[in-house]
Formats: sequence, structure tokens, C-alpha cells
Amino acid sequence: MAVQQQVQRGPAARAQSQTHPPRKAGSRLLTWGNRLLWANMIFSFVFLYLPIVVLVAFSFNDSRLAARWSGFTLKWYGLMFTSEAVLTAFWNSLVVAVVSTVISTILGTMTAIGMERFRFPFRKTYDGILYLPVIVPDIVMGVSLLAFFALALDVINSSFNLTGDSTLRAGLGTVIIAHVAFNISFVAIVVRTSLRDFNKALEEAAMDLGANEWTTFRRVTLPLIMPGILGGALLAFTLSLDDFVITFFTTGPGATTLPIEVFGRIRRAIGPDINAISTVMLVMSIGLVVLSQILQRRSSN
Amino acid sequence: MTNIDVELVDVTKRFGDFEAVKNISLQIQQGEFFSLLGPSGCGKTTNLRMIAGFELPSEGEIYLKGQPVGQLPPFKRNVNTVFQNYALFPHMTIADNVGFGLEMKKLPKAEVKQRVNDTLELVRLPNLGERKPRQLSGGQQQRVALARALVNRPDVLLLDEPLSALDLKLRKAMQLELKELQNKLGITFIFVTHDQEEAMTMSDRIAVMDHGVVLQVGTPTEIYENPATRFVADFIGETNFLPCTVVGCDNGIATVRLGEIAQINAACDAQLPAGQEATVIIRPEKINIHPTRPDDATADTIFAGKVAESVYIGTDTRFAVTLADNATVNVRHQNVSVDDPLTHVRAGDTVYLSWQSAAARVLTA
Repeated sequence: MAVQQQVQRGPAARAQSQTHPPRKAGSRLLTWGNRLLWANMIFSFVFLYLPIVVLVAFSFNDSRLAARWSGFTLKWYGLMFTSEAVLTAFWNSLVVAVVSTVISTILGTMTAIGMERFRFPFRKTYDGILYLPVIVPDIVMGVSLLAFFALALDVINSSFNLTGDSTLRAGLGTVIIAHVAFNISFVAIVVRTSLRDFNKALEEAAMDLGANEWTTFRRVTLPLIMPGILGGALLAFTLSLDDFVITFFTTGPGATTLPIEVFGRIRRAIGPDINAISTVMLVMSIGLVVLSQILQRRSSN
Repeated sequence: MTNIDVELVDVTKRFGDFEAVKNISLQIQQGEFFSLLGPSGCGKTTNLRMIAGFELPSEGEIYLKGQPVGQLPPFKRNVNTVFQNYALFPHMTIADNVGFGLEMKKLPKAEVKQRVNDTLELVRLPNLGERKPRQLSGGQQQRVALARALVNRPDVLLLDEPLSALDLKLRKAMQLELKELQNKLGITFIFVTHDQEEAMTMSDRIAVMDHGVVLQVGTPTEIYENPATRFVADFIGETNFLPCTVVGCDNGIATVRLGEIAQINAACDAQLPAGQEATVIIRPEKINIHPTRPDDATADTIFAGKVAESVYIGTDTRFAVTLADNATVNVRHQNVSVDDPLTHVRAGDTVYLSWQSAAARVLTA
């Protein structure tokens, strides 16, 4: 079509169009590409954030029914902070997250340094195993930990003759161990990345100037990989805070974390109180991300 | 023996199956500026790293001031290193970087401060102590790295291509400054470089290395004028290589046959058996070029040839001259006189080359 028209228009028109022949088709493509790009972006944002916006909005909804807006209220937040079950669950979540983060950050950092700096038999195998908790489905991890704890607790209780009140049961302790188990991998992976970018000449320089291995680690290596360690710790903290599946399988009576509490309430009814709890968790997560950004920026200065 | 600072005895370093350094023995005098020169991968850096203690020798021993240190960790050796990319601690100030070594020695804070300031002044960087390394230019970082090593007053300063990241002009200035500093402090410097000109400019002695082996140790003049092997001759400066067969050898003068062209005399170090295949080397600047057959009594080697190419580069003119058997010889002719007849010589013209037989050398390796 276009070629035919060009021929009919004669030499002058042809000369003119020859100066920018591909421009028209190209720009049309460009506009279409641009529109698609915009559409994609808007769609992605809506898809990702609209549910969250709805959640936050309806946590201020003055109606028991989730689907109808009937005015602004803060009563669900008030209700949440007076509910003992929610507060206990919140406290449990915090304890589990803090303790498992501290332990897994120390162990994960040590693992990362070992993997990155030392050569030992079966290193490659160990490397593969380290990544397992990242790819194994939570449900598999949960079930296997459940089986493991059942066996371990049984062995401990029978070999130490623990009965009655002194019997060891699944609870916050087992949840913490389970969270440490999967968090070590995440911390190790994050810390390894920062170790890989680390200029080894800096460690050599420190030793050259008379620092032994430990002083070199403390004065040079550790401060420089600190952003990586903090990043790993924050990742571990958020993963621990919102883990449901593994916690569900490894917890015991009386040791309810926030995600488990939310799940329990949802089974009864989806109320605005859950929206309020979720909003608080959301704000905490965002706060942690912002905090990690600030810490990393400060350490790079 | 007391004035030997560093001694390597039969040192070998293997990485798996690869021998990076093969059976090296070196003696470095107190107060000497000693360079390890060679192409990348020749083992010069591995050698330096063994003296520093970052690598342990697979075989052999290293002595510092007569004490065996081969198996000691770096923090137990009184040597300091200036690293190729400076390796300044990015999270510490310049003053903390420079003071790190003294702090490790647990010197009193006041003394550390005094010596840090003195050393920063020595490398002409006063008043920068509170900055962080990345706020400094490459040249300044270089000086900080130098100060950080020198402040410890090491027996030996090791420098691993410290000037390679600087631009040409700065590099030239730093070369002279380093040499001056070394003269002033009297500390032994061991300098690793792949830049022959840099090594020639600064060193008292140079060890030329290739494939993990030291080919020659000597002063810059010895190495340039009297290279031990073809590799040394080729790596340092420019050289003509002419294949030849030994006819006879007597008292440091060999008679050799250059292909079908001629029989000439040239200097040689060892007694060479007749019939051995060898190479005659002659530097381009040691060849005289004439538009007509010269009447030069001191030049006992004269060849006729055809100019293949002539390039005028100001200070001198470079000629490529093809000899009778198609061997090409490069000649460097200094433009001394104003109306030099050689400026009119064009490709294809016949010229005559002459040199003193002592300027040419016969090499078998």
C-alpha cells in the first residue's frame, strides 16, 4: 500500500519521503511500544499495590462487613491493642524474630566466611546443601521439621526421664530453631555476595602492617562487610516475622505467632480487625526496609 | 654478609601443577633499589608476595637480615608493601590508614600522631589526615600508600607495580620522587614492574624474569649493554637479531658466519664451539648508516643494503635496511647535523651499515 502510493505521488514526493523513509513505521512502533510499556507499568502497580491499598483503607472502615465503606474509624486498632491474644502473638513473633535473627546472622556470617575463604573436602557439596532451604518448599520444610522435632523431643524426654511439667514440648523454642534453620541460608547467601566483592588486598595490607588474623577481621573485614551482614539480618528478621507455614508445623500450644493468630481469626470471619493487624505488620516491614537503607547508606559514607 | 638485607635461596613456588617461581636465588644489598622486571605472569609478583609473606615458598628459604622468615606470616616480618591499587582502607581516614601499623605495634597515641604527621609531610601530603581515601586523587592515594608503609620504618619496602595506575606524566614525576625518597631514607626497595624504562630509571640493580626464572641480574647498564639471553635483549630496548653459525671463538671475540653474507667478529661471554647455531645481536643506535661506502677505520663490520623504509621522528631517523640475504636490520640515526645527506635517502636506495665488532654480541640462549 505505502509503496504504491509513493510511486503514484511522483518524483518530488518520492525524494522527500526518501529522506526519512523508515521514520513513519519506526515512530508508530515506538508509540505502540511506549503505550504498552505504560500499560504494563500501570497494570503491574495496580496488581501489586491495589490489594494493599484496599487492606489499609478498610482497616479504617467503620463496618463489620468487609465489602462496604461506612465511615472512618480507629476502633479496630484500639480493639487490636486491647486484645490479649493479639498482643501475646505479637510479642511471640517479636521474640522469635529477634532471637532467630541474632543466631542465624552469626552462624550465617560464619558459614559465608568459611565457604568463601577456605578450601576443604566436600566444599561443593556443602555449597549445594546450603542453598536447599531457599528452594525447598516451605511445606516440605515444615513437615520434615515436625517429624524431626517429634523424634528429638521424644528421645530427649525419654533419655532424661522428663515427665509432667518438665516435659519438653514443641513451642517457641522449636519455632526459633526452625527459623534459624532456614534463615542461615539466606544470611549466608547475602553475606557471601559482599565477601565476593571484597578486595582481598585490604586484608593483606592489614596483615602487612602487623595485624594478626583476628585483628584484621575485626578492624578491616568486618566493618567493610557490615552492610551485607545487616542486609542479611534484616532479611532474616522479615522472613521470620511473616513466616506462617514452617511456624504452623513446628509450634505448640500456647506459642502463637502473629501470622498464626491472623490465620485463626480469618477462619472465623474476615473482619476489619485483621486488616488493622496486617496494616501494622505492613508498616513494620516498610520501617525495617527504610531502616536498612539508612544503615547501609551511613556505613557506605 | 651483614649488609645483605634480603636473600632468597633456591626458592620455588608451586600453585598446584603450575610452577610460578622456579628455583630462584637472589641477594639484595642493604639500601639497594632492586627491581624485579618481566612480562606479566613471569613470577615477579609471586616472588615479591613470598618476601612479604602473602605466599609461602614451596621449597627454599627466604632470609631477612640473616633470619629465616620463609614460613612466617606477614605480620611477623619487618617489611611493608605498597600495593598495586594502593589497598587503602576505605572506611578509615588518611591519618588512621597511615597510623594503622604503628597502632598495631601499640605505640603511644601521641607518638603515632607525630610520626603520621611527619610521614605525611615526607610524602608531601600535609593537612589531608582527616579525609577518606576516596576523596583523594590517584596520585595522592599513591602517596598515602607509600606513607602507610614507610611510617613503620621497615627493613625492606616492597612495591608491587605501584605506579601503573597513574598517568604518564605523574608516573615520571613519581619515579624520580621515589628514587629521591629511597636515597634519603636509605631503606632497601624491592620494586616490581613490567615497564623496562621504569626499571632502568630507578634501579641500582635489576633482575629480569621470565616464566618463573631469573634470566639475569645486573645494573641497568650491564643488562642493556650485555644481555645474557635473547629474551633479555628483546625485552629491554630494541635489538636486531641476526642468525649465525659460530666459526671460531677466542678470548671473548667470536667469529661467526651470517648466512651467506659475510663472516664477522662479535663479542661473546663464553667459549663457543665451532659450528654452533647462535644469534648476533646489535642495538639499532650502535649501527652507523652512510649514503656511500664509509672510510671508517674503527668500524670493522661494513655491509651494503637497500633501504626498505625510513621514518623521520625528529630526534632521529629510523631506517629498516634489507641486507643481501633478505635479513632486515633496524638502524637509528641521530639527526645531529643540519644538512645530513641521509635525509634525502629514500626507500630502494643503497646505503652502507657499519659497526664496531665489540658492539655486536653473540648469544646462544
